[in-house]
Amino acid sequence: MTTYNFLQSYWWVLISVLGALLVFLLFVQGGQTFLLTEKDEMQRTMKVNALGRKWEFTFTMLVVFGGAFFASFPLFYSTSFGGAYWLWMLILIGFVLQAVSYEYRKKHGNIYGTRVYDTFLFFNGSVSTILLGVAVAMMFFGAEFSIDKANILSARPTISTWGPYHGLEAILSWKNLLLGFTVLFLARTQALLYFINSIGDEITRKKSAKALIVNGAIFVVLFLAFVATLLTATGYSEVTENGASHFVAEPYKYLHNLIDMWWVLAIFVVGVVLVLYAIVRSIISSQFTKGVWFSGIGTIFVVLSLFFIAGFNNTAYYPSLIDSASSLSIRNSSSSEFTLTTMSWVSLIIPFVAAYMIYAWKAINNKPITQQEMEQTHHKY
Amino acid sequence: MNDFATLVDWSRAQFALTAAYHWLFVPLTLGLSVIVATMESIYFRTRDKKWLATTKFWMTLFAINFAIGVATGIILEFEFGTNWSNYSWFVGDIFGAPLAIEGLLAFFMESTFFAVMFFGWEKVSPRFHLTSTWLTAIGASVSALWILIANSWMQYPVGMEFDPDQMRNVMTDFWALVTSPVAINKIIHSIFSGWALAGVFVVGVSAWFLLKKRNQTMTLRSMKMGAWIGLIGILITVASGDGSAKVVSRTQPMKLAAMEGLYHGEKGQAITAIGVLNPDKTFDNNEPTFLFDISIPKGLSFLAEGDFDAFVPGITDIINGVKIDANGDTINTIPYAERIAIGKEAQSLLKQYDEAKKQGNEVAMQQAKEGLKDTFHYFGYGYFDNPGEIVPNVAITFYAFHIMVIFGSYLIIFFIAILLLLYRKNLTHLLTQNRWVPIIALATIPVVWICSEAGWIVAEVGRQPWAIEGLMPTKAAVSNIPSSSVIITFSIFAVTFLALLVAELNILRKYISKKSQEDLDNSNN
Repeated sequence: MTTYNFLQSYWWVLISVLGALLVFLLFVQGGQTFLLTEKDEMQRTMKVNALGRKWEFTFTMLVVFGGAFFASFPLFYSTSFGGAYWLWMLILIGFVLQAVSYEYRKKHGNIYGTRVYDTFLFFNGSVSTILLGVAVAMMFFGAEFSIDKANILSARPTISTWGPYHGLEAILSWKNLLLGFTVLFLARTQALLYFINSIGDEITRKKSAKALIVNGAIFVVLFLAFVATLLTATGYSEVTENGASHFVAEPYKYLHNLIDMWWVLAIFVVGVVLVLYAIVRSIISSQFTKGVWFSGIGTIFVVLSLFFIAGFNNTAYYPSLIDSASSLSIRNSSSSEFTLTTMSWVSLIIPFVAAYMIYAWKAINNKPITQQEMEQTHHKY
Repeated sequence: MNDFATLVDWSRAQFALTAAYHWLFVPLTLGLSVIVATMESIYFRTRDKKWLATTKFWMTLFAINFAIGVATGIILEFEFGTNWSNYSWFVGDIFGAPLAIEGLLAFFMESTFFAVMFFGWEKVSPRFHLTSTWLTAIGASVSALWILIANSWMQYPVGMEFDPDQMRNVMTDFWALVTSPVAINKIIHSIFSGWALAGVFVVGVSAWFLLKKRNQTMTLRSMKMGAWIGLIGILITVASGDGSAKVVSRTQPMKLAAMEGLYHGEKGQAITAIGVLNPDKTFDNNEPTFLFDISIPKGLSFLAEGDFDAFVPGITDIINGVKIDANGDTINTIPYAERIAIGKEAQSLLKQYDEAKKQGNEVAMQQAKEGLKDTFHYFGYGYFDNPGEIVPNVAITFYAFHIMVIFGSYLIIFFIAILLLLYRKNLTHLLTQNRWVPIIALATIPVVWICSEAGWIVAEVGRQPWAIEGLMPTKAAVSNIPSSSVIITFSIFAVTFLALLVAELNILRKYISKKSQEDLDNSNN
C-alpha cells in the first residue's frame, strides 16, 4: 500500500467515525419527534431540555462531517451536493429551523408561538433524519450522475451532471427510503433510551419503556429488511489495469465485502448485538437505565461497518447508475497526498477534542433532569 | 438573459443573501462573547452578585443571537457544494482543508463549552464555568480565523499548483495559506470589527436603560465595558483596514480602484472623501467619473502605498496593463485583452493535454503540459471575451467602501465621547439626565451594523467577477442545476430569514425590556 493509499483509507476511516457518531447523536432528532404528541407540559419540558443540552453536538457533528468530507473527498462533495440539490437543501432547511427552535420556543415575544417551534423540531427530527438516511443510502444503491472533469473548459462549465430531478428521484426510491426510515426509527429508539437515562422521572421512564416496544420492533424489522436488501444488492468493484481503473458491476458485492473483511463482519455483529441487548433489557428491566450507552456504541459499530463495506475492498462508494465509469471510489475522489497529509497532522487533535467533549457531557449530565430542577432553574428551554 | 446567466446571478444572490444574513449575527457573537467573559471574570474575582446578574443578562442575549448565527453558518458550508460544485472540485483540495480544520478546532470547542456556559451554573465549579465562557469566546474567534483564511485564499490564491491530470488545483504549501498577508489583515480586521459592533450593542442597549431610568449603576458599568472594548475594537479595525488597503493595492488592484471609483490614476492620487458616481461612466469612455465629489489631495497614494507621491493605477490603467509590484514600484504588465488571449490558449492546451492523454500520446502530453505551465497564470481570463467583463460593480463597491469608512470614523468619535461622558463626573449627567445622548447611542446600533455589512460588500463585490481572484470566475464555479431551483430556494431562504430575524429582534426587545428588569431588580435586593 502506498502512502497515498494509506492516507485515503485513513481519511475514509475518519469520515466513517464522524458519520457513525452523527448517526448516534441523531437521538436528538428522534427525540424531537415525540414532543408534539406529548400532552403533559412538564413531561415535554423535561424532554426538550434533555435534548436541548445536546442538540449542538449533533449539529456540530453534521457540520464537521460535511467539512471533513469536503476536505478529504472533494469530488463527492462536488457531485452529491451539487447534483442532489433538493435532497441536501431539504436536509439543510430542517437543521436551520432546528438551530433556532430550542432557544426561541419558550421565549417571550417569539411571535409564532411554542407549537410552531416544536413543529420545526418535529420537521427536523423526522424529515431531515429520513433524508440523511436517503443520502447515505445512495452510497450503496447509487445515483444518476455522470462526471467529466474536462467539461470545466466548455461554454457552460459543468464537471458533474445529475438527473433532471436533482435529488427528488432519490427521495422517491424505496431502497433509499428504507434506510431513511430505518435511521428514523433507530433515532427514535435511541431517544427513548436517552430519556430513560437522563430524565429522573418515573412516568417518563415508564412511558419511554412502553414506547420502546413499538419503536424498537419497527426499527428491528426495518433494519433486517435493509440488511437483506443491501446484502443482495449489486455493487461496483474498482478494477485497476495498466495504471488505469474502471468499475465493473458485481452482484452481492456488499455481502462479499463482509465475507472478505472478517473484521468488519465482527464489528457489525457486535454492534447489532449491543443495540438489541440495549432495547430488550431496557424493555424488560425498569431498573436498567444505561441502555443508551450500549445501543449508542452498538450504533457506532454498525454504522462504521456499513461505511467500511461501502468504501473499502475496491468498492465504489458512490456508484453511478447511468455511467459506471463516473462512480466514485476512495481512490479517485480524494484530495491530494499533500492535503491529506496536512489534514492528518491536524487530525491528531481529535482524541483531545473527544476528551473535552466527554468531560463536558459528564459535567452537564451528572444528574438526571427532574421536575424540581425544571421548576427552579432559569436556564432552560 | 439566458438560463445560464440567470443561474449564475441567482446562485450569487443566494450566497450573498446567506453570507450577509450570517454576518448580521457573527460579529455580535465574536464581540459579545469577549464582553460576557470579561464580565464573568470580574464576578469571579469580586463575587459581586450584581456582576453575576449583569453577566447572565448579557449572556442570555448572546445565546439568542448565537443560535441564529449557528443556523446560518451551516448553509454557507453546504452551499459551496450545492451551488458551487465546480468550485468544490477545482479548488476543493485547498479550500476544503481550512473548513474542516475550523470544524475540528473551533466548532466543537464553541458548542461544547457553550452548553457548559449556559447550563452549567449550578453543575460545575465557578472556575470551570469561567473557563468555559472564555473557551466559547476563543472558539468563536478561532472559527472566524479559519474561515477567513479560506476566504482570504479566494482573494489571493497562494500555495498551490495546477494538476492537469485531475483538472484541478492542488495544495503545495499549507503555511502560505495561513500566513498570507491578506489573511492576517482580514482576520484582525474582521474579529476586532466584531468587538466594535458588540461594543455599540452594549452601549446602545445600556442607553435604553438610561432612558427608562433603570438600574443606573449596573447600566453605567456595562456601558463602560462596552465602550472600552468597542474603542479597542474600532481602533484595531481601522489600523488593520489600513494594512488591508496596502495589501489590496498589490494583490487586487482592480478592487482598490473600484473602491475609489478611480479610472485613471496618477502620482499623488487624491482620495474621494464623498462623491456621487456618474452612472454613464465606463472604463472605455471619456465621461467624467463623478457628478459631485470632495477629495483629499494625495490621500489615496498614502492609503495604498504609504507615500504621498506614489502612483495608484485606475480601472482603465489596470485593463491596459499597469500595476504596482510587490516593492511598490509601478510596472507595465500584461493588458487584460492579452490575458484573455493567454487564458484561452491555456484552456486550449489543457484540452490538448486531455485528448493526448486519452490517446496515450506522451509526447503531445508533455508539449501541452509545458505550454500550460507558461500560460496557466491567466487560465481564468480565458472564460471572458472582453475586458469590460472583468470589472467589478464599481457603484456598489464604491458606495459600500465609503459608507464603511465614514461610519467607522464616526464610531471612533462615538466611543471616545461615551468614555469621556462616563469618566468625567461633571459630564455624566449628559448620559443620565439628558435624553439626547442615550438616543444617539441607541441610534448608533443600526449604524454599526450597516458599517459591518458594508465591509463585507466591499470585500466580496470588489472581488467579482472572480470566485477565486484571477483563477476561476463565478460563472465557471457554479453547479449544473436549473435556475428555477435556485430562485425557489432563494425565496425560501429569504422568507425564512426574514421570519427568524423578526422573531429574534422581538425576543431581544422583550427580554431587554422585561426580563432584564426583573433580574437586575432581584440582584439589588
